[in-house]
Amino acid sequence: MTRLVGLTLAEARAGLAARQFSARELAEAYIAAMAETRGLNAFITETPQRALEMADAADARRAKGEALPLDGIPLAIKDLFCTEGVLTTAASHILDGFAPPYESTVTANLWRAGAVMLGKTNLDEFAMGSSNTTSFYGPVENPWRRRSKDGRGDNRPLVPGGSSGGSAAAVAARAALAATGTDTGGSIRQPASFCGIVGMKPTYGRCSRWGVVAFASSLDHPGPMTRTVRDAAIMLGEMAGHDPKDSTSAPLPVPDYEAALSGDIRGMRVGIPREYRVAGMPAEIEALWQQGVAWLRDAGATPVEVSLPHTQYALPAYYIIAPAEASSNLARYDGVRFGLRVPGDSLDAMYEATRAAGFGAEVRRRVLIGTYVLSAGYYDAYYLKAQRVRALIAGDFTRAFQDVDVLLAPTAPSAAFPIGEKSEDPIAMYLNDVFTVPADLAGLPAVSVPAGLSADALPLGLQIIGRAFDEATVLRAAEVLEGAAGFSHLPSLVAGG
Amino acid sequence: MALDKATVARIATLARIRLSEDELEPLAAELSHILTFVEQLAAVDTEGVAPMSSVADIALPMRDDKVTDGNCPDAIVGNAPQSARGFFAVPKVVE
Repeated sequence: MTRLVGLTLAEARAGLAARQFSARELAEAYIAAMAETRGLNAFITETPQRALEMADAADARRAKGEALPLDGIPLAIKDLFCTEGVLTTAASHILDGFAPPYESTVTANLWRAGAVMLGKTNLDEFAMGSSNTTSFYGPVENPWRRRSKDGRGDNRPLVPGGSSGGSAAAVAARAALAATGTDTGGSIRQPASFCGIVGMKPTYGRCSRWGVVAFASSLDHPGPMTRTVRDAAIMLGEMAGHDPKDSTSAPLPVPDYEAALSGDIRGMRVGIPREYRVAGMPAEIEALWQQGVAWLRDAGATPVEVSLPHTQYALPAYYIIAPAEASSNLARYDGVRFGLRVPGDSLDAMYEATRAAGFGAEVRRRVLIGTYVLSAGYYDAYYLKAQRVRALIAGDFTRAFQDVDVLLAPTAPSAAFPIGEKSEDPIAMYLNDVFTVPADLAGLPAVSVPAGLSADALPLGLQIIGRAFDEATVLRAAEVLEGAAGFSHLPSLVAGG
Repeated sequence: MALDKATVARIATLARIRLSEDELEPLAAELSHILTFVEQLAAVDTEGVAPMSSVADIALPMRDDKVTDGNCPDAIVGNAPQSARGFFAVPKVVE
């Protein structure tokens, strides 16, 4: 089992193709790995029976010489993607018992490519959070622990980041070969950084949002979470594509991302955004960033300092736009059509009681903020103002990309922190996303790559941000960065370890 | 802006979330804290900048006006907390 769950997606694909092991053997190894790592609380629902059925179907196809691109690859699915007939919760009490009668486009694409579903992963409630502590199903634990030199330091359990914390923890702990995530303000890249894996947010419109429980529709980006950049390229290629059911889905062909991984970035211009050098940034993150610049320069790229002058306004703009859209999207949870219902004397009383009981503290906070900024008299001052600032932030990137091909920046301003820390102050929690939110507001592709360890031996990521629909260049630069970093550390807890 | 308890109660009604009296004060403080944070935007000159509602640089597509789905009432009400004869059932709203 150790041998099988230690493989990357590309290696597992090759092993399956060479008949070194069957899809069923691979699925069984991962089912055992999920059980072994259950203490992390990474999964809300495990679907071992379905995994075995899908694996057997993959083996049958391969026996007939009809193998599909991802045949037999076991994946975890963030529990924000609707899966037909399988409990889908968004980690919220208000979706109690919801078994969607349809399949999200992204997961349907993955199953059509032969992938195998292991289960549904934990997340922050409705994907609102940066620590996976707002889940109704309890926090997820990061498989990494701090390691002090004398072995006597702070060894408290750490957050995996969020909101795709269960997906990140599962991939890092080898309880899934890869996983889907969604990134609205950093929810793929920040947990990838905290758990030492690769997390990619493609361009807005590249992966369909249809069947993904909506948080903030203009900001929600589905994407892959994997062990390597190559694995992200392979998985994104199967997740992506035009979907007429999502009116913002881009009607563009999907390039062969794996073929773009040439390893050659000679002449590539890499922008270093000076405004990302924020006050109070830990020295080890600044040092890692400089190391990343040196790695890319050594590979033949040209680093160029660029300016994104409105960066400091990204978080406040985000914390108007995202709650506004969320307050509108979450209006559907009313106790009538699905999920929880708390009885009341009247229809309004039933709505109010259901939503009071069904939403957790952070979701309630954001729905109330969103309702306020959209309410009569405040709409222009808050919501329209934030949308104008969003245009300025997107414009900053457009100008920078006239001069450079990609940007290099830290993914997060810290390594993983202990469960329970920062939960008292919403703003302190929001600051986790200071480096990830801008690319969401601008809809640009960005990937986090594990690049080094903090002083107490926790993973730290660097991210590459690129032009809209130029995932190929982003992945090419990321693979070179990954190769130079040579990150091969493993978390304290790995299945089969 | 500092929100008072009455404003919090009003937006909670708009959002259809019941709050108890003793929740209003702490929520007013939390929400005021967040509003103070986002009000940094007032410092940005946005004169003449059009609001950006979507980054998708495509015109919303038109589709054929055809029925492509449906005839599955059982699936549609299948998740409802309460349904009757293919309808969603709610508390009585007509006196």
